Amino acid sequence: MATVEIRNVRKSYGPVEAIKGIDIAIQDGEFLVLLGPSGCGKSTLLRMVAGLEGITGGEIAIGGRVVNHLDPKDRDIAMVFQNYALYPHMTVFDNMAYGLKIRGIPKAEIRARVDKAANILELGRFLDRRPSQLSGGQRQRVAMGRAIVREPAAFLFDEPLSNLDAKLRTQMRVEIKRLQDRLGITSLYVTHDQVEAMTLADRILVMNHGVAEQIGTPLEVYQRPASLFVAGFIGSPPMNVLDGRIDDRGEAVLLPGGQRLPLPRPRATDAGRPVKLGIRPEHMAVAADGFSIEIELVEALGADTVVYGRLPDGETLLVRMAGIPTVRERDRLTVAPQDGALHLFDAVTGRRME
Amino acid sequence: MQRRVTFDSRLLPYLLLAPQVAVTLVFFIWPAANAIWQSVHLQDAFGIRSEFVWFENFTHVLGDPNYLDTLKTTVIFSVAVTVLAMGVALLLAVLADSKIKGASAYKTLLIWPYALAPAVAAVLWMFIFNPDIGSFGRALRALGFDWDYRLNGGQALLMVILAASWKQVSYNFIFFLAGLQAIPRSVMEAASIDGAGPVRRFWTITFPLLSPTTFFLLVVDMVYAFFETFGTIHALTQGGPGKATETLIFRVYQDGVVNNDLGGSSAQSVILMVIVIALTAVQFRFVERKVHYS
Ligand SMILES: Nc1ncnc2c1ncn2[C@@H]1O[C@H](COP(=O)(O)OP(=O)(O)O)[C@@H](O)[C@H]1O
Ligand SMILES: [Mg+2]
Repeated sequence: MATVEIRNVRKSYGPVEAIKGIDIAIQDGEFLVLLGPSGCGKSTLLRMVAGLEGITGGEIAIGGRVVNHLDPKDRDIAMVFQNYALYPHMTVFDNMAYGLKIRGIPKAEIRARVDKAANILELGRFLDRRPSQLSGGQRQRVAMGRAIVREPAAFLFDEPLSNLDAKLRTQMRVEIKRLQDRLGITSLYVTHDQVEAMTLADRILVMNHGVAEQIGTPLEVYQRPASLFVAGFIGSPPMNVLDGRIDDRGEAVLLPGGQRLPLPRPRATDAGRPVKLGIRPEHMAVAADGFSIEIELVEALGADTVVYGRLPDGETLLVRMAGIPTVRERDRLTVAPQDGALHLFDAVTGRRME
Repeated sequence: MQRRVTFDSRLLPYLLLAPQVAVTLVFFIWPAANAIWQSVHLQDAFGIRSEFVWFENFTHVLGDPNYLDTLKTTVIFSVAVTVLAMGVALLLAVLADSKIKGASAYKTLLIWPYALAPAVAAVLWMFIFNPDIGSFGRALRALGFDWDYRLNGGQALLMVILAASWKQVSYNFIFFLAGLQAIPRSVMEAASIDGAGPVRRFWTITFPLLSPTTFFLLVVDMVYAFFETFGTIHALTQGGPGKATETLIFRVYQDGVVNNDLGGSSAQSVILMVIVIALTAVQFRFVERKVHYS
């Protein structure tokens, strides 16, 4: 068990900068999720921690020891790959035992550790099988088992569930959560799936184009997104974003459609400033006064309903309501944000305005 | 998914097959039948009369200590060529596989020798190893080493082994490289995280995963060394000095064409045929049962 510190880490591929200076200190036993769209550099960062990718700038320390120039084998980490990366010519037992044999661990202890992991992961019946004789879910478990038996300082996961079907993915997600609670090993987990991130993480690092947009607990990231990017990436359906302007007294946001939304607290210094206004669909409610929309589409999800409305100026506005639909397409509806549901972002930089 | 080709005419499939069938009949089946027929006959010196002699030609060939010497030379030659051609090819393939930049230029260069006719390749080797005009041969002599493959049997054998291996390296290289590239990178990365250094990774992951390729090439190279090196040997040493570089296939030519012993030569051909059929059978059996890692 150990801390993992990433200090101003950069990575360039020729002239292209894939990671542009990331800083984070991961606590002992913490589960950190790296979340971001495809190509944002999540795998690159994880692979730098693993030692599979050179570090262009900055420092990575595991358990207080700088590992920049250590081989993967000397970093005391274990990794679960997206395609599992099992050894195809070895049995399940040998797959799990491989790293232990190399480390010169006595046979009896290898047997004990593998049996224990196989028990936890319900792989006991498959120890003599080859990976090709297993289902996708079972292979995934073997990959997890291979990491567990090593008892490493940190686990690294690179989208470990993305090759599974939806049902299995949910099931394995719960299992990973249980394992983490049980083993308490520091973990870095890469995913582009916000549900995985929200449910597994102690903290989430939201990445975009090689920079950390925000680091925070799942609720912080949801409740106080640090940028428009985070606001749009977390939450489903995504947050509504409207152009607006703070009025001359700094007391409300004025919208092109003429609406005036009072600010929770006055911002005299920002008077007259153009802003982006964010409102989550689930924080809108039917009201007497507010946004008048014409309903274009109603999605009934069972437990709740997503309404796609069109504002008079042509913008789309999403509203999420509890329960089954009470409105129909082409209906007109007036909705307003709930108290404290406004997020203000700088119109130029996209950063959150506190 | 299975795709079926259908022909409108019933005749067309046979027509399309005909050239291949004709080539096989004229250049394989007919000479093979001829060889079998001749191997059980004895011809007089003028090739006018021939007499059925059962297996006399075979007992004669197999009882000849010279033939057993040739067999020994052939085994040494074949094993050396196979090991050398495969070892060098595997080494080059591993290097090419680990190298990203310039890999394609490197691959193209390595494939060239395969496209060279054996006689042309032999001339090339002569320019290197000839003690009078060869660059390397002269250098060896200048260093005081008594290099002359025209007189020294061991040196001659070494040279034909080198020349024959060199030509086969390209072929092996292509297959080894394809085999290596079929191993997912993440599997090697998993092994390095598990603590395996490059050498251990090679022997515990790469090599076992390459074993189907290795076995396939082993048989192909044996067949090559046995049967397809005639041109190289003929151009470089003509089987000499003495009989130092005479392999079984070369002897067939020597006895049949040069010494005009058609019965003995045919018996030898039949023996070689049996060997190649056995090798092919082994290969087919193995390829059928080949473990498919997926
Ligand atoms: N070996 C490489 N050479 C050049 N560019 C690379 C290499 N690996 C990754 N990249 C680039 O770095 C960026 C981040 O990639 P990656 O970390 O794989 O993204 P993610 O895992 O978030 O989808 C991408 O734009 C990708 O094209
Ligand atoms: Mg990735």
